[in-house]
Amino acid sequence: MTTLDAKQTQKDAKLPQKVSVRGLNFFYGDLQALKNVSLPLYAKRVTAFIGPSGCGKSTLLRVLNRMYDLYPNQRAEGEVVLDGENILRPGQDLNILRARVGMVFQKPTPFPMSVYDNIAFGVRLYERIPKSELDDRVEAALRSAALWPEVKDNLKASGLSLSGGQQQRLCIARTVAIEPEIILLDEPCSALDPISTAKIEELIDELKENYTIAIVTHNMQQAARVSDYTAFMYIGELIEFGVTGQMFTSPANKRTQNYITGRFG
Amino acid sequence: MALYQQRRRANAISLALCYAATLFGLSWLVIILVELFVQGIGSLSLSVFAQMTPPPGSAGGLANAIVGSLIITILGVAIGAPLGLLAGTYMAEYGRFTKLTFVVRFINDILLSAPSIVIGLFIYEVMVARVGHFSGYAGAFALAVIVVPVVVRTTEDMLRLVPDSLREAASALGLPRSHVIGKVAYRAARAGLITGVLLAVARVSGETAPLLFTALNNQFFSADLNAPMASLPAVIFQFALSPYKNWQQLAWTGALIITLAVLALSIAARALGAERTPK
Repeated sequence: MTTLDAKQTQKDAKLPQKVSVRGLNFFYGDLQALKNVSLPLYAKRVTAFIGPSGCGKSTLLRVLNRMYDLYPNQRAEGEVVLDGENILRPGQDLNILRARVGMVFQKPTPFPMSVYDNIAFGVRLYERIPKSELDDRVEAALRSAALWPEVKDNLKASGLSLSGGQQQRLCIARTVAIEPEIILLDEPCSALDPISTAKIEELIDELKENYTIAIVTHNMQQAARVSDYTAFMYIGELIEFGVTGQMFTSPANKRTQNYITGRFG
Repeated sequence: MALYQQRRRANAISLALCYAATLFGLSWLVIILVELFVQGIGSLSLSVFAQMTPPPGSAGGLANAIVGSLIITILGVAIGAPLGLLAGTYMAEYGRFTKLTFVVRFINDILLSAPSIVIGLFIYEVMVARVGHFSGYAGAFALAVIVVPVVVRTTEDMLRLVPDSLREAASALGLPRSHVIGKVAYRAARAGLITGVLLAVARVSGETAPLLFTALNNQFFSADLNAPMASLPAVIFQFALSPYKNWQQLAWTGALIITLAVLALSIAARALGAERTPK
């Protein structure tokens, strides 16, 4: 891992770290997918994870909300500290953790229910609020995902009837509705057309006012466009972490440079 | 070019064989259905549904057998389907990676193909021989034992068709496991789960052997589950083998009624299954 120049490092150090990953190792059975990864996620900043397929960037994302816990034989070692608490410790309440750390997946995954219920569903689980307030919450969530104008007259329609791009924004709205602190985006635009992608990128820009965001992407331009910080990973290791602008113009590591200029990966 | 011609010939021959096999199979089904209609439709009247099974030589209907069949089948499915749904849910969700699931699936497959007469004998030993008399309860339990493996199988299969990405998405909102299953996975698999139960109903409504050992039969109307109870399959079995013309005729009619009922259920199951993918 290479550090940035002194001035930039100083500037970073002032930002509060929402999450700090320390010495993280991850295993799928006997296969080690992450090797001693340490990096911060700065509060209300967008951090992009880039790297060739199989480098562990999605795995890293799935550690941050312990999604890997759904499957046996997957385990993480090390520390992931969220607001001062190690979320990898045994006894961590996973449901509460996942309510604080929302996630949007590569393929849109609307639930088989109406647009309204897709969003109200998660909210109802945590709060008992009157119908009118719930309506407001659904509208606010749909607005923040830039989907409201397209669905406001048809909230009873099935979530599955929306287009791919709309479905993905519905999933973002659903995540935002339960008011998490961190949003994890796992290649959120890879199944979408350029117009939907542009909408979601704009959205990410707006969301970082209130949320700490981590995004995995295969699209180098996207990482450059939406992120403040970039982590380049390669075969389970963090090769370089730094301010996005700097990383794309003058990467410190040769492999980073090769990757972002398209020479491999 | 010769190779291409050869491939076309092989294709034509294979296709012809496929058609022939399909036609051969279907023709038996058609023959059975036509015969059933021709023989059964004549005496299909309201009195069949209103009157009791008659003694030899006099007029009567199948009312007690129809009601008995309904009671036994509904009770059997009411016992068996929830068990099957729960077991299937365990296997597809909570216990997906456990050894127990592997063992249960193996045993369930054996049970699925077990001859129903063996199941009848088993319930006879447990529920009839012990208390000393046949009963509707025993009949319903025997059918329940047949329902369970069918529903376990379809439930597990249908839940496994629900993509994991949907479960992950639900978990990512912080939903507890029970909600992920009850509110998302069940919902996504709903049509398939209902189809499974309907298929189980169709399967048991024609079962005869297990009922002969358990509910036996009853000449009279009885809704007492603790006593022998009439059922359509058992009445058909008894009447069809009898030398009496009017009994044989009622057997045909009973067979037609069961067939139509099962046909209606199968079509309902298909229709529901077709709705599975709304897109």
